[in-house]
Amino acid sequence: MKTMTYAEAIREAMSEEMRRDENVMFMGEDIGLYGGAFGISVGMLDEFGEKRVKDTPISEAVIAGAAAGAAATGLRPIMEIMFSDFFTISMDALVNQAAKMRYMFGGKAQVPMVCRTPGGSGTGAAAQHSQSLEAWFCHVPGIKVVTPSTPADAYGLLKASIRDNNPIVFIEQKLLYRTKGEVPVDQDDFIIELGVADVKRQGTDVTIVTYGRMVQRALEAAEIAAEKGISVEVVDPRTLQPLDKDTIIKSVEKTGKLIVVVEAAQTGSYAGEIIASVTESDAFDFLDAPVQRLCGKDVPIPYNPTLEAAVVPQVDEIVAAIEKAVNRG
Amino acid sequence: MSIERETLLEMYLRMNQARAFEEKVKWGFARGMIHGTTHLSIGQEASGVASCMALDEGDKASLSHRGHSAAIGFGVDLKKMMAELLGRANGYCKGKGGSMHIADIESGNLGANGIVGGGFSISVGAALTQQYQETGNVVLCFAGDGATNEGNFHESLNLASIWKLPVIFYIENNLYAMSNPLEKHMNITDIADRAASYGMPGVICDGNDVFDVYQTIQEAAKHCREGKGPVLVESKTYRWDGHSKSDAQAYRTMEERKEWMAKDPILRLRNHMIEEGIKTAEEVDAMDAKAKQDIEDAFEFAWNSPEPDVSTLTEDVYA
Ligand SMILES: Cc1ncc(C[n+]2csc(CCOP(=O)(O)OP(=O)(O)O)c2C)c(N)n1
Repeated sequence: MKTMTYAEAIREAMSEEMRRDENVMFMGEDIGLYGGAFGISVGMLDEFGEKRVKDTPISEAVIAGAAAGAAATGLRPIMEIMFSDFFTISMDALVNQAAKMRYMFGGKAQVPMVCRTPGGSGTGAAAQHSQSLEAWFCHVPGIKVVTPSTPADAYGLLKASIRDNNPIVFIEQKLLYRTKGEVPVDQDDFIIELGVADVKRQGTDVTIVTYGRMVQRALEAAEIAAEKGISVEVVDPRTLQPLDKDTIIKSVEKTGKLIVVVEAAQTGSYAGEIIASVTESDAFDFLDAPVQRLCGKDVPIPYNPTLEAAVVPQVDEIVAAIEKAVNRG
Repeated sequence: MSIERETLLEMYLRMNQARAFEEKVKWGFARGMIHGTTHLSIGQEASGVASCMALDEGDKASLSHRGHSAAIGFGVDLKKMMAELLGRANGYCKGKGGSMHIADIESGNLGANGIVGGGFSISVGAALTQQYQETGNVVLCFAGDGATNEGNFHESLNLASIWKLPVIFYIENNLYAMSNPLEKHMNITDIADRAASYGMPGVICDGNDVFDVYQTIQEAAKHCREGKGPVLVESKTYRWDGHSKSDAQAYRTMEERKEWMAKDPILRLRNHMIEEGIKTAEEVDAMDAKAKQDIEDAFEFAWNSPEPDVSTLTEDVYA
């Protein structure tokens, strides 16, 4: 075990995989000498050189397209899009090309690429740099979507993603980059399988399903609820596509109550998908309170810090939702 | 090329206001009074201010993420602009936009843009409106050198060219796209060369020389107004500060920076005005002081302005 930040865990995972497999390479804007806009890749150019750590022009469309083309022909590219918002420009390459190649070509292609990108609000960077777009990617068959909430998860999931043979959108949370945690770097090949949820806290009264930066908030809310005698279970799917429905369903069967917390704007968000997975399963019969979703408001992210904070779910709102669920039961 | 005395004096004032504005923003950032991120254009004032001042009444401008000088050149209200940077309710965007999104569509300021290259196609559309409604107005579209590597640049120039739209693609080439030096992000030295592919004139101006910038934009605007279609103008300039507030600038040398600081566009105009007897040194000093005071006033106004009410959060999502 080693204590490291979420950012360091990501760098470590990329570096280890690049040492392990020479077909793994990394490209993106300002990732070399500059070390990436969030300092993720500092030092990687020194170790791996310009052949394997490639600065690109500001050209998100070709970054994703080139990654897809390289992946289909034998490399295992990791690409970085500086802010997940800029994925809009990469969408054709990702959605129509990378995601479809294998299926369209009758299973005769594979596209092992990882698209790393920071998502989420909280930095005061306003509407074009703060979105949570994961639901878009989840909606496209052929893409896997991963979003880790701790340094250890970031490390283990990124390694698994790099070894996976599919296009993967790996959404990092910019506000988590500096958070620290224990990472089992010394355990031989610590890999977290994609599609396996993690129960971040055991509980018996209410299930909260959440991911990314909201995991921390849900855990804080669970702590507060515990003082009031309410036992909250926090389930972090970690991978949104494929989604580990079993773990979620099992938890709801135990608690009978479900709250889903996500940062993204509510309408069309992935919260709806998580809830549908539960309500269409046998766990429906175990529910003894209406399912609640706590999401971001349906507004673009504003610049003013007070307004910005008001968009996404806060700890006290989660606590209120927990109490509401319990009082109903 | 001469610029009318009154215009020149106004230009000098606005360049100084732009410089003082950004110095104040740096100061505010360091003290945690301004949050988020910002991209300073110190060193690029002639490019931003003289280009906008070469426009006519009713012309439009679309600004880049590094848009403070251009906005001030376009004639924004400094108080409302500073209030926006402080996220206040009376800022240009009611505190919802910040530095990267200063806009005032009504006055023709189509907005700064957080998406590199996002302004190209918006400008094409705005130029379509001018052509369609026969307003005789043109659109000045700001972007950086790095932005011309986006697909949007190429699609926009092509469409503007075949439709003969009145838009000036104005590329402020400050040699770097964030940390990426020009020679590593394109295989040509002059962005103006890219115009040839789209069948439009590509011209270069000295972005640190107000006279060259002003004349070049006026000529480009004339070309547009005559219905001859778009022009690509490359303005050679340099930013003195880092890309944004956290940038160690390992990608360039202090010597290079000093070389360009010696080409200070404000100092150049100042010397010109004194040499030509347009103003005495004392009078110019007084103008500098006024510019600084204007910014102090703007900051004070902004600082004492109200925060937006949380109830406004859901306003303006739809019309
Ligand atoms: C689509 C998109 N990609 C990347 C970025 C991040 N980014 C912001 S400014 C910038 C550099 C822009 O360089 P250039 O166009 O030369 O303008 P300059 O900053 O030099 O004025 C980058 C990469 C962004 N905001 N939008």
